[in-house]
Parts: sequence; C-alpha cells; structure tokens
Amino acid sequence: MKLLTGNELGSGAVTWWTGSGWSIHVEDSVDVGEGGEAILHAEEGARRVNAPYIIDAIGTPEGPRPAHIKDRVRALGPTVRPDLTLKPADPAAGEWVI
Amino acid sequence: MYKYDNYDQAIVDARVAEFRDQVKRRLAGEITEDQFKPLRLMNGLYLQLHAYMLRVAIPYGTMDSRQMRMLAHIARKYDRDYGHFTTRQNIQYNWIKLEECPDLLEELATVEMHAIQTSGNCIRNISSDQYAGAAADEVADPRPWAELLRQWSTFHPEFSYLPRKFKIAVIASPEDRAAMRLHDIGLELVKQDGVLGARVFVGGGMGRTPMIAPEINPFVKADDLLSYIEACLRVYNRYGRRDNIYKARIKILVHEIGADTYRAQVEEEFKHVKTLGIDPPLAELERISAFFAPPAFDSSDVEPDRSDPDFAVWLDQNVKPHKQAGYAIVNISLKPIGGIPGDASSAQINVMADLAEQYSFDELRVTHAQNIVLPHVAKRDLYAVWLALREAELADANLDLISDIIACPGLDYCSLANARSIPVAQKIATRFADLDRQRDLGELKLKISGCINACGHHHAGHIGILGVDRKGVENYQLTFGGSGAEDVSIGKIIGPGFDEDGVVDAVEKATEVYKNLREGDERFLDTYRRVGLDPFKEAIYG
Amino acid sequence: MVEYRYRDDEISEQPSVTLDAFLDQSNATAVRLEPDDDARALIPFLDRLALIEIAFPKYRDGRGYSSARILREAGYTGELRAQGDVLVDQIAFMRRCGFDSFAPEGSLNPDAVERALSTYDQFYQKAADAAVPVWKLRHG
Repeated sequence: MKLLTGNELGSGAVTWWTGSGWSIHVEDSVDVGEGGEAILHAEEGARRVNAPYIIDAIGTPEGPRPAHIKDRVRALGPTVRPDLTLKPADPAAGEWVI
Repeated sequence: MYKYDNYDQAIVDARVAEFRDQVKRRLAGEITEDQFKPLRLMNGLYLQLHAYMLRVAIPYGTMDSRQMRMLAHIARKYDRDYGHFTTRQNIQYNWIKLEECPDLLEELATVEMHAIQTSGNCIRNISSDQYAGAAADEVADPRPWAELLRQWSTFHPEFSYLPRKFKIAVIASPEDRAAMRLHDIGLELVKQDGVLGARVFVGGGMGRTPMIAPEINPFVKADDLLSYIEACLRVYNRYGRRDNIYKARIKILVHEIGADTYRAQVEEEFKHVKTLGIDPPLAELERISAFFAPPAFDSSDVEPDRSDPDFAVWLDQNVKPHKQAGYAIVNISLKPIGGIPGDASSAQINVMADLAEQYSFDELRVTHAQNIVLPHVAKRDLYAVWLALREAELADANLDLISDIIACPGLDYCSLANARSIPVAQKIATRFADLDRQRDLGELKLKISGCINACGHHHAGHIGILGVDRKGVENYQLTFGGSGAEDVSIGKIIGPGFDEDGVVDAVEKATEVYKNLREGDERFLDTYRRVGLDPFKEAIYG
Repeated sequence: MVEYRYRDDEISEQPSVTLDAFLDQSNATAVRLEPDDDARALIPFLDRLALIEIAFPKYRDGRGYSSARILREAGYTGELRAQGDVLVDQIAFMRRCGFDSFAPEGSLNPDAVERALSTYDQFYQKAADAAVPVWKLRHG
C-alpha cells in the first residue's frame, strides 16, 4: 500500500494522511493508491502539510506498517527514548520499529 | 571570554527580527518551503525525523554559566527537557516548533547566543581547543583569532552561497585536540621570531571522501589573516565544484587541482585582496584578546585528598594538568554507560552551569568529543566538584576510554541516516562497562556515524563504525587506525560489515587481539599501526 | 524585467552580449556574465561598459557574488545587475557585493525588499558597498 506522510508546518510533528485530514498516528493512515500525488500537491499548496512524500507500507492487523525503518522511526519516535515516543507505555512499540 | 558590545548585539537582534519575519511569511504561505529552506538552514533550523531540529551555536565551544542556564531553559520551555552536544561544539534541540522558534531565538539573543550559520552552504561555527587558555602547551590562546574569524564570517555577503558548507578550526599547540587537520581550513597558531602567526591548512574533511588538509601557508601574520582567508574562500567560491553535492567541498577542489596550484591562486588573490583594506587594525585583535586574559588565579596549591577510591579513579582519568600551579582542567563525561552520547538533561545542564560559576571562573567548554570541560578548577575544589557531578550522574571516569564514544544521533533522529548509531554505542559501552577493564585497554577512541556524512567522525576513530543500509537492513562497517589528533590518519575498512550484535562482538575481539599483541604502553592505535590489519582480521573473520 | 534599481542615471537600452561575443570584437556597452565566466576578463574594458548583467540561473549558485565584488574592486562604476533566480532575502547581500539593479525572474514584494534592505545597519566586514565595518567604527 502507499501512505502519504509529511510534517505539520508550524509544529514540525510527523503526520499521516487519513483520507479526510491529517493525524499524528500512523494507525489512522490510509492507502492512497495511485492518487497520492494529487492529494500531496493540494495539501501542500494549502499548507496543511509540509515536505510531504509517499511511502510504501504493508497492511498488518495493527495497522499500516511503513516498509522502511526510517519511516517507522518517524511514526513512533526515537527507539532509544521510549518516553519520548507516541507509545511510552508500550514495550512492544520498539520491536514494531525494528 | 568575549562579551558583545552594542554592535555585536545589534547584529544578533537584527537577525532575530529578520527570521521572525521570514517565519511569518512562511507560515502565511508567502514563500514556499523550497525558498524558505536555505533561509532556515542559515539559521540552523532543520526538518528532521520527528520535528524541527535547532542547532544553537556555541562559538569555539566557550560559554559562561548564564548562557548554559539559558540552554537548560530552552530545553525545558521549547523542547523535551534535554539537549545534545555535538561534534562541532554546538548544541542541538530535536523537538522544536517552527512557530516558536522566533521567540526562542529572541531569548537566546538576551545572553549573546544565536543559531546563525550553524547550517547551510556558508561558514559554520569556528571550533577550537577545549583546553584553550588552560593548557601549558599553547603558544597563545587561540580563541581571540577564532572570535575575529567568527565576526568576519558572520553574514559575509560574498560567501553565503558557497558550493557547500565550510568548517574552520583554530588551535595553538602542537597537540591537536580539535581535529584541526580534518577541517576545510585549519589554523595552528605558531611563533616566528617572537611574532604570532598562523600555519594555514586547507582542504581537510571527513564525509564521503575523508582527506587530511595540506599546509598552504606556513605563516600568516595576524594583520594579514582575514585577507588571506578571504582569498582562500574566494578561490573556493569561484572554482569549487557545483555539479555534484558529494564533490563540492573545498577538499575536492584542492585535491583535484593540487595543493600547489590552489596555493598559487590564493597567493595571487591575496595580493589583490590586501589592497582593499579589509583587515582590521591589530588593535581589534588586541581588544578581543583582552577578554581572554587569564582569570584571577590565587596562589593556593593544595593536592586533593585521594582517600576516596572512586574519586581517585576519576581524578586520574578525567582531570588534566593546568598551566597554573594549583589548578586543573576537569572533563565532564556525557557518556554514562547505556546513556546517549552527548545528551544532557536540563537539570544536568544547570548543575554544570552552577559548578562553572562556583568553581571555574564562570566558564565551560564543549568538546568535539561531545563532553564538557570546566577549564579552571582549583585543585582544592576538585573533590567538591566530583561529589556534585556524581550526584548528577555526570561523574563517569571514562575520558578517552572505549566507552567515551562519539556517536552521531543516527537513524533515531536524523533524516540523513541509514542506520541507528546510539543503540550500537549503548551496547558497546555496556559490554565494556567494567571500568577496570576499560582502564586496562587504555586510550581507545571509538566513533560511530549513522551514515556516510560522518558527523560521528568515524574516519578519525581508532575504531570507527559506519552504519549503512544494506538492502533495507541496518549494517555496520568497522574501520581501524583513524586519528584526529596531531598524528592524524584516516581509518581503513577492515572487511565485510556486521549486524548490530555482530559489530559489538567484532569490537570485543579486536580489543582481545590488542591485549595479546601490545608492547610496552602502546595504545590500541599504536599496536594496530605496528602489526597491521591481518591479526585483527583473522580473529574477527576467522 | 528590472524591478529594482538603485542608480540615478539613465538605464542602458543596449541589449547585453555574452562575454565571448564581447571579447570577440564588439562595440557593445552591455555584457552578460554567466556563473562560470571569469569576471576579470572584463577588467581592461570597464570604462566602455554601461551595464554588466550577472546571471543567477539558480539562487544557490553564489559565484555571481564574487564576480560582482571583483568588478567593483577593479573600479567598475557602471550598472551591475543581478538577473534570474534572485530572491528577496538575497538582495541585501547582493547590494553589499556591489549590485545596484535587480531583474528577478519571480516578482518580489516591494515591502519585503524594503524590509530586507533596512533590517541590518551594522556589518562586520568591509565589502563593495559604502558601509563602514564594525571594526572601523570601533577603532576609527
């Protein structure tokens, strides 16, 4: 599947396209299929996202899992500071990234 | 240390206002990201993996307690309560919001700090020796020259769109504690017939193609320095490659045309630039130098009480001799076993600020090895300093030992990275946690980079580790034999790469080979240079 | 289109020729320098020239800043124009390098240009403009 991701312009937070808007949680992201570029340009032009790009991901029971480790690190947070990630209380979160 | 006058302050304040306006225009959509990017980079603001990252300049690594406390305040108010000290003596914050950055910079400006030119294709922070003003082997304090260069390079109108970034280091002793030869321009202050001048090296660097800077001029006088450096930069700006960003540093130019040709071009340009009158009078260097006069040392000379064995170990490992009798240089390790190299919490930053104010004539330094120095501590105060450091978990006695690892932030933070570097550092430090074992191994400078850009300086590591992406999986290459000191050398890859646990095992095997083969008081680096790679390769790859 | 010009004299109507064409025997009074042209090639002819246009095909390519200063250092007093990918945040640096007219590809907001030119009134270095560097203010 293809996910559209980027950063919030003002805060810099990592965001994921949900189909109707943007979420900081990769679990909320949707497969943009082949139509991602058009959404990317529209959202970037309206400044609802900064530095957007499209990535490959695999669907899993827990939700989309980005294919590249770099985007999994973006999705969760630094593996060496679980307390700063989106899932500080989840010991399995680091495993999901690696 | 240097203190701003009205002119310095006006320039930084103007920059704060300018960036505030640029951010406003970006948020309003008046400029695109593509147009805004070079502007925010020239102000040290990156878009990284998790958020915006801000790199605050710490000119030649020198600060006072007021500035250090501001760094703690910034960490608490604008970030997540910690900062990361870098291999260029700066500090980085990883969780900055663009919309808050103008206020952050305004606060920094109140203590004479900024983020000017800490990124971008311009002249970056001038780095220097962390023991400046305290080391017995220096011919002079190098920092006044670094300050002169800082001012000259700030908003230089001709050199703000160079082919690539430009890094300058200044030292003043035969021992190179700042990796000077691995900079775009390295200066070593020397004396000739009693006159102070600079030996100029141009064309060093790490990154994709590491190179050692050749000497371009054996002696440039103080009142010719800025004209000479201006000539060096102009030749680079005009003729440096712009077709390929991996071939755009000055080291490539000097290598491709040859040091002799580069020197000749610089000499010709220098003759011309010298007619323009751009050099300040010597009075300006004298004015700046007055800020670096030695502090008011007292005459006490009390050896510390070594009866606490942990204190004695720290004393022997982390405390270095000072040129002034009765004083010492304290190294504070930011490399606790299992911790993140170079990181400090806001609480720890405040502890270090307090110690500097109370015990070090209100001065601290950041080292390119990502540690902190209190340069002027009276020996009678060392025990009190150590107790305070221990309470703040800043007393690891591992300076220059295998667990004193330089590591870039790597794939946990950096969008350029191919592999995570911090977990490798943590695993190695944990494997060698036993301090006696570390001390037995002795000086072993291990450096880890998460990508070929080499921000972890792995080429200059006695042992270097480079993280690469091998078909989507993190992989680690080992290099041996690098050094950033005056015995400068570039490490060589030893063979095929390893996974994360594999590289930790390989490092351990290498240390075993060293212990078996070492003679006398050879360091790991010396044994490697004497016996070569084969014994190590055999042990590691079988 | 020349949008910003900081000279009092008449703008030259002459079209600029390339450096090669100029050197190859030309009566032109206006020359255009590309980033990889050697500005010093014009030094023998500066008093014949009313306009030197320096191309900035990409704003990141900063060679034109050196070209401009070199020409001013050689005594050129005619119009020195920056043309191409010129962004408002570069105008102040360009003025300091000796440019006195600008023909940006994109259009620039005049208020932004005004602000860019008035943000700084202290400068650390001596350059090609009339600004007195801070070190000189300190020591006279």
